[in-house]
Amino acid sequence: MSDREYAVVGTRPVRHDGADKVTGRALYGADFDAAGLLHGYILRSPHAHARILRIDTSQAMALAGVKAVVTAADFPQGSDRMVDLGEGDVPLSYVRGNLLASGKALYRGHAVAAVAAVSRHIAEEAAGLIEVEYEPLPCVLTAPDAMQEGAPLLHEDLKAGNAADHHQFAMGDIDAGFAAADVVLEREFRTATVHQGYIEPHAATALWNNDGRVLVWCSTQGSFVVRDVTACVLDLPVSRVKVTPLEIGGGFGGKIPVYLEPVAALLSRKTGRPVKIVMSRKDVFEGSGPTPGSYIRVKIGARNDGRITAAQAYLAYEAGAYPGSMVVPGAMCIFAAYDIANVAIDAYDVVVNKPSTAAYRAPGATNAAFAAETVVDEIAEKLSIDPVEFRLLNAAHEGTRRADGPKYRRIGCVEVLETIKRHPHYNAPLEGPNRGRGVAVGFWFNIGFASSCNISVNADGTVNLVEGSTDIGGTRTSIAMQAAEVLGIAAADVNPSVVDTDSIGYTAVTGGSRTTFATGWAAYEAAQDVMRQLKERAAKLWGVDAASVTAEAGVFRSGDKVLTFGELAARLGETGGPVVGRGAVNPKGVGGSFSGSIADVEVDPETGKVSILRFTSVQDVGKAIHPSYVEGQMQGGSVQGIGWALNEEYYMSPDGTMLNSSFLDYRMPTALDLPMIDTAIVEVPNPGHPFGVRGVGEANIVPPPAAIANAIYRAAGVRMRRLPMNPPAVMEAIWSQRD
Amino acid sequence: MHDNIRIRTTINGEPREFLCEPRQSLLECLRDILGLTGTKEGCNDGNCGACTVIMDDRIVASCLVLGAEADGATITTIEGIARGSQLHPIQRAFLESAALQCGICTPGFIVAAKALLDQEPHPSEERIRLYLANNLCRCTGYDKIVRAVQQAAAMEEAPQ
Repeated sequence: MSDREYAVVGTRPVRHDGADKVTGRALYGADFDAAGLLHGYILRSPHAHARILRIDTSQAMALAGVKAVVTAADFPQGSDRMVDLGEGDVPLSYVRGNLLASGKALYRGHAVAAVAAVSRHIAEEAAGLIEVEYEPLPCVLTAPDAMQEGAPLLHEDLKAGNAADHHQFAMGDIDAGFAAADVVLEREFRTATVHQGYIEPHAATALWNNDGRVLVWCSTQGSFVVRDVTACVLDLPVSRVKVTPLEIGGGFGGKIPVYLEPVAALLSRKTGRPVKIVMSRKDVFEGSGPTPGSYIRVKIGARNDGRITAAQAYLAYEAGAYPGSMVVPGAMCIFAAYDIANVAIDAYDVVVNKPSTAAYRAPGATNAAFAAETVVDEIAEKLSIDPVEFRLLNAAHEGTRRADGPKYRRIGCVEVLETIKRHPHYNAPLEGPNRGRGVAVGFWFNIGFASSCNISVNADGTVNLVEGSTDIGGTRTSIAMQAAEVLGIAAADVNPSVVDTDSIGYTAVTGGSRTTFATGWAAYEAAQDVMRQLKERAAKLWGVDAASVTAEAGVFRSGDKVLTFGELAARLGETGGPVVGRGAVNPKGVGGSFSGSIADVEVDPETGKVSILRFTSVQDVGKAIHPSYVEGQMQGGSVQGIGWALNEEYYMSPDGTMLNSSFLDYRMPTALDLPMIDTAIVEVPNPGHPFGVRGVGEANIVPPPAAIANAIYRAAGVRMRRLPMNPPAVMEAIWSQRD
Repeated sequence: MHDNIRIRTTINGEPREFLCEPRQSLLECLRDILGLTGTKEGCNDGNCGACTVIMDDRIVASCLVLGAEADGATITTIEGIARGSQLHPIQRAFLESAALQCGICTPGFIVAAKALLDQEPHPSEERIRLYLANNLCRCTGYDKIVRAVQQAAAMEEAPQ
């Protein structure tokens, strides 16, 4: 299917929202303004774990310019139930508890109260006047510590203690598998909590309108999630909440959870005015959802001929304050690139006194691949087999069963590895001291979920397309291009808009690598619907049977009669009125994606600093709708992976304070830290999508830390088993090897 | 509470006069008083570059400049980069090179790139990377941004 020639799919048009975004006209979350706007500020717990004994807001309320103060007591106190948070169901009490702490603060940065005032400065001053009496409690910060007997408990009602959940996946006979191996290695890994690092802090404005409707304008990955969570927390029917998504300045999973909207709505109800809350960067680090730190053990056995006979993993991920760490996807991905008969996986979801974690690009999989792919590399070395060759000997393919159950349909794991093997980068000599090259591969899913799209035909031969997926990285265009392909018109002749929750059918989050896949599919269906109707209109004009009308490349034909898309669009009035196409899907034909990284590094033996000399990202994308933005996903994911590998971490004091909660000290890669990032797009079409699309956005972050660890080994002779691999960690490894 | 201060500036070629509180940053003045929301706040401590503007021929993080310090200054923000209805070559290059994804850092990068190319029409890749190291982008990995600046430099050279 990818061999098919398309007119629009696979080309590189300028994105539809481009002009607004290069001129500063695009309105993001914090840019929204409304008459009578008040500014909100959230007071956060200075303790990682503390009982809240008393909150006195009287002094804050007395400050000139302050209009309202709210605490958890202002939420409707209904009974607990499950709510959909965008990527799964969670108890309402956890959602509400994370919005404003009730009873206990569970992490430093946990929201405790909120103020609305006439300016941000006054609101902040007022928050400082709120008196909160805390009883500090001992805190626990890592999964292994939280699982110890006698560890401080975060939630007294969790039966299993802090280890909130335990999942197991097993296949074959793990003992027999290890018994059949010639080499068995078991290694232990730790990875630090990291943040998605989107540049736009969370921002939301809410107005509790005089007609009883709650209107929200915000930056989110899922406007319907914001609607549903806000309604649920405020005990309103969903129809009473309308969410208008503004432009979103990055998310990577971190803007799926809801932090501000229901709080702003409570403040608006008290004041009768719109209230805007914008997080500071410190709030984002301390009070939003980073992705879990983890402890992982991996044991792999292989025969001398290079076949892996058994693989076992133990994963314990830090969920943060509430259960739900994405350890399960990590467990599903950890050996997903390999065809292994005997597998046993234990996964623990562990609550700790850190912010409640959120998804981060292939959530859970990067931690897991760091562990699995460095053990795979070490085994290949022990067996004296080239690391790519070793992976090819064991690569997952169509029909391979993954330990969590599913059998793969057509996948591109082998093709990704073959591409690495042939790539000029992999075959180029790497000369000079202290330099090394590493490779790794990784897997991430692609979810379906609901998406809606409407297309209306304009008399000038263009169409307006409305959809509900907030556009983080150019998806307006990748969705519009799929419609254009069906309609036989240019991408520029489709005007895509992301609209509010009143104006389009339910659409799930921009996440799970689903937007170009699923909302693109909804656009495909809507465009098909338009074409069916247009054929009927042409048939009516020509007095022929609609079944005799064909359409190709924007030209309708029946016998010798011909009309272009534009000519027919101009005659809708005389043939029955407007044409509106509709697409609403909940697709199942998801196609996961494999990604590989090739990394060349240089390790400074005096300082431990690792420099990236050359980096190539390889990924099976099914079909690249807009190759430039596909490359952009691969490059961006790779660089986030590089930051995770080398620098980024929540550096915590023993009392649970993040000591580096600014971009100065939470050091994300800059332009100066990096070379160009090469990309190799592999296209193994997904049989489950009309254009063969696979999820593209996430898999690319999975292999970089492992590839870099493997490169460091070849450069400096040390196996790194802890993230980040920053200069002190690399020096420690080099020194301990010298001892 | 102190009295508001009267500030006279030239912004994007137009004289602009406004009142601000002594504690308000230039970024707040641009966004909240003058409605120039193209300049973004990413960190409010000078570490992300999303609020970059050109002030008297130098790039500054407008979150680290007080509004009061802008009195008498000439300032260019993202809203002043396009040449009337024509995009500036840097803006065109960003679009053609797909050098933005979410776009929140884009105004800061374009303003910084303009300052660079105004001073050095033919910067090397290394020089571009150094100059833009004040600006964080979390989406692109910088590859296409660096290429866009290279392309813009080439476009400026070509006859318009």
